[in-house]
Amino acid sequence: MPSSPPTKRFLCVNRKAPHGTGYAAEALEAVLMTAAFDQRLSLAFLDDGVYQLVQGQDTSDIGLKHFSATFKALGDFDVRTVYVDVESLEARGLTPSDLLPLHYEDEADDWAVKDLIQWVTRAQLAEIMDAQDVVLSF
Amino acid sequence: MKFGIMVNTGPYTHQAAHTAYQFTRAALASGHEIYRVFFYHDGVHNASRLTVPPQDENNLIQQWSDLADAHNLDLVVCVAAAQRRGLLDAETAARHGKDAHNLAPGFRISGLGQLVEAGIEADRLLVFGD
Amino acid sequence: MAMLHIVNQSPFERDSLASCLTLSLPGAGILLIEDAVVAVRTGSRVAEDLLAAMTDRHIYALGPDLDARGIARDTILPGIRCVDYAGFVQLTTEHNTLQSWL
Repeated sequence: MPSSPPTKRFLCVNRKAPHGTGYAAEALEAVLMTAAFDQRLSLAFLDDGVYQLVQGQDTSDIGLKHFSATFKALGDFDVRTVYVDVESLEARGLTPSDLLPLHYEDEADDWAVKDLIQWVTRAQLAEIMDAQDVVLSF
Repeated sequence: MKFGIMVNTGPYTHQAAHTAYQFTRAALASGHEIYRVFFYHDGVHNASRLTVPPQDENNLIQQWSDLADAHNLDLVVCVAAAQRRGLLDAETAARHGKDAHNLAPGFRISGLGQLVEAGIEADRLLVFGD
Repeated sequence: MAMLHIVNQSPFERDSLASCLTLSLPGAGILLIEDAVVAVRTGSRVAEDLLAAMTDRHIYALGPDLDARGIARDTILPGIRCVDYAGFVQLTTEHNTLQSWL
């Protein structure tokens, strides 16, 4: 193994609904770039941010690019941890089945297809946030 | 200590751009290093040299340029966010056949990788946004 | 040291402060800047939440933002510490990670 510089824990925090502002779309661009840097990258979706992952988004009539399909490629970009706050879902009348199924192929486990999303409580998310080095907030 | 600063709002629309400037100035005054200021989202408007605020208001763009000049700051504007919003340097304008460019002195246009690099290299990354 | 949370939205307009209060750990710092400083006035609807948070977290308000909004220091909740921009910088050096609640 070649020696590599120490990596940092990056967390991209998504708290805004998609489309109403451009933050979600441009946050995703930042995520994909960060993924290219071989850092320990996680994403968190909470508050209105959970709407970014809702299935069945159709932006064809609002004149804005549809970008939620890109989330399905996160696994291919070596993103392994996507946290979704279940309390934010509940507060909005959503359930886990309303969200896009996100998967990755686990190289260490004979390329088994695994779920990318980890459902977390706010108490768990607080600990996760606290363990980061860099928090990119959108 | 080395700071990375991310600015996501335009001047005059949201205070965050102005707070980012005040923070950057204070950090320098306290003897800290600013590794890079990265302008993303509407933050790219901080780099428009065509900004002409009324004379009794601070010209934040000029202030950024002056601060960059005085402290050799690296002010980086995200190319994708900038092109979406009509913020172009001479080279980009020429490449896209535009008849004007508006990048203020002291700023440079580059990619999002510059943000990630700031996160890696700086001791603290601080986001100013809306 | 723990995380410094930075909130810049009015709690009367957004849930940024509410989320920050539920997602910050004991020992963390919470700095209120820009419109978020309207939270600290005695008698505000979120005063109780801030007082409860102050039992295990430190809450700061950016003085220049209080001044800009006409919030006099003697009208703010006891226990909230005011800092200037240099103090803001100091807080960011004293905490390992910074999280902005936008």
